[in-house]
Amino acid sequence: MTTNDRIEHEEEVTRRNFLYVATGVVGAVGVASAAWPLVDQMNPSADVLALSSVEVDLSAIPKGQTVKILWRGKPVFIRHRTADEITRAVSENTADLKDPENDELRAERPEWLIMIGVCTHLGCVPLDQRGDFGGWFCPCHGSHYDISGRIRKGPAPRNLEVPKYAFLNDTTVKIG
Amino acid sequence: MGSSSYEPKSKAAKWFEERLPILGLIHGTLGAGYNAPRNLNYWWNFGSLAGFMLVVQIVTGIILVMHYTPHVDMAFRSVEHIMRDVNYGWLLRYSHANGASMFFVVVYIHILRGMYFGSYKSPCEVLWFLGLVIYLLMMATGFMGYVLPWGQMSFWGATVITNLFGAFDFYDGMGESILHLLWGGFSVDNPTLQRFFSLHFLLPFVLVGVVILHIWALHLPGSNNPLGIDAKGPGDKIPFHPYYTAKDAFGLSFFIVIFAAFIFYMPNIMGHPDNYIEANPMVTPAHIVPEWYYLPFYTILKALPDKLLGVIAMFASILIFFVLPWLDGSKIRSAKFRPATAFFFWLFLVNALFLGYLGTKSPDEILINIGGGLDALTLGRISTVFYFSYFFVIVPLVSRMETTKPVPTSIAQSVLDARKEG
Ligand code: HEM
Ligand code: FES
Repeated sequence: MTTNDRIEHEEEVTRRNFLYVATGVVGAVGVASAAWPLVDQMNPSADVLALSSVEVDLSAIPKGQTVKILWRGKPVFIRHRTADEITRAVSENTADLKDPENDELRAERPEWLIMIGVCTHLGCVPLDQRGDFGGWFCPCHGSHYDISGRIRKGPAPRNLEVPKYAFLNDTTVKIG
Repeated sequence: MGSSSYEPKSKAAKWFEERLPILGLIHGTLGAGYNAPRNLNYWWNFGSLAGFMLVVQIVTGIILVMHYTPHVDMAFRSVEHIMRDVNYGWLLRYSHANGASMFFVVVYIHILRGMYFGSYKSPCEVLWFLGLVIYLLMMATGFMGYVLPWGQMSFWGATVITNLFGAFDFYDGMGESILHLLWGGFSVDNPTLQRFFSLHFLLPFVLVGVVILHIWALHLPGSNNPLGIDAKGPGDKIPFHPYYTAKDAFGLSFFIVIFAAFIFYMPNIMGHPDNYIEANPMVTPAHIVPEWYYLPFYTILKALPDKLLGVIAMFASILIFFVLPWLDGSKIRSAKFRPATAFFFWLFLVNALFLGYLGTKSPDEILINIGGGLDALTLGRISTVFYFSYFFVIVPLVSRMETTKPVPTSIAQSVLDARKEG
């Protein structure tokens, strides 16, 4: 009688434990899936994602000049580099770089350097043709970039980002 | 909170109290039912001043919302509309903008008061935590509020601060995903402005809730006092009303004079002129500075050479206040009886102010002309090291080793002694 009782009791406990855990798991999955839309609505919406490319006419940009255009709410630098600048950029491939990257990989056509004009530190717009390396200088916390847009000095961790782009013909580039 | 000593005077109050005992709750919290130590000085005024400022911000804020438009194309213009066209709009906006600064002044003094008199010590740790939660919520609210007028500093402040979260880049693309989630786009833009508006509206009401918990946690052990000893007998305490309600009201009238002086005579002194230029994502202002109340932490951020470490140090410099009750090992609360503690406390304060001053400088600016010249970056690093050593070295060691002065046996006794001497 007593043994029987205990067994029944134990069985009940394990069954109940199982039911507790199962209910808890179902509840947690339910709460998580209900919470997901509340979080995901924060991500870029469809119309923001749709505004993803822009075409630029390059014929109006003289040598030695940078043009800034707005793409996805951020400035993009398009610099028409001089022969001198290209030589300098390539020769500094072997310099002591924080984020090593060859100039050839950063500019599909060496005379057109196209980068997102947003400092990789905390997002300010660097100033053109300033700083210790003849490239860009970010006034916010003092990051210096060279003529290939590579980080050379200061708190920024990475080189200025190169966006996806394609030359549609010799004078038009599509960014994004 | 709550009080059993409350006796409703009128029949109506008695009828109501039997059905919802809220009058007794108020009586026991802010009225004659709450007995506070008899020796509270004016540093104890700042809690009620903070409460006053929270009410001012909520009232002016709700009214501003009636005229403000949270959209990138209209936000800047709608604030100008408030300033120029809305009846007394300038007064409401200047009160709200300077009110935020005043709120921080008051809360900083309130926190420093707690540090000096050891108000964070057992059994008040949870009270201290709730205070820090209030402070963190205020920082978030103030930051998001500053974005709303959509001027250059609004935009670039938002850009720099949100980018801090991009430092948590532990796998490829993680930092970027966090940023896209925060922004609702690829940069600070309309979706960002709208969510900041929503949260700027909400958080002050969350603050009200936490303030209630803060006062609840205060009234269980009762207020600390300048002597830092427990108030025991009835001779140590006096009823909050009328004694401290009167004292707080007197302090409040002084405070309002100062607040009004800012609103009417120098309404823009705490702001940055660049915020009267509409936000432009193509041009960063030459010199980005956050609002003054974030400056010490901004210097700590800039002091470290690595982005992630800078962000971690900045958050740590605030979160460290949570462990202060355990870093301080002294049995005595008040720095009145701890001369070395008092000395280092003032040094900490001077250093914190210096960190704030450095926050307004460019890293390479030479500030002290000795040797090769000390630039803001080097000075910021020295100050940052001191800031952290205060918590990790000075407080733990000094609190355990210093020779303290004799502590009076009771509050009543110390009042009597002072009377004899005087
Ligand atoms: C903890 C309390 C609060 C703090 C610290 C705070 C802080 C701020 C700050 C610093 C600004 C920028 C002011 C400027 O430079 O123009 C601001 C703007 C604004 N706040 Fe608040 N606020 C608080 C509560 C509220 C509440 C409760 C509301 C509404 C329900 C509100 C609505 C607004 C609106 C509409 C603006 C934009 C108009 C303007 O810029 O003057 N605020 N707030
Ligand atoms: S944002 Fe460019 S250096 Fe900090």
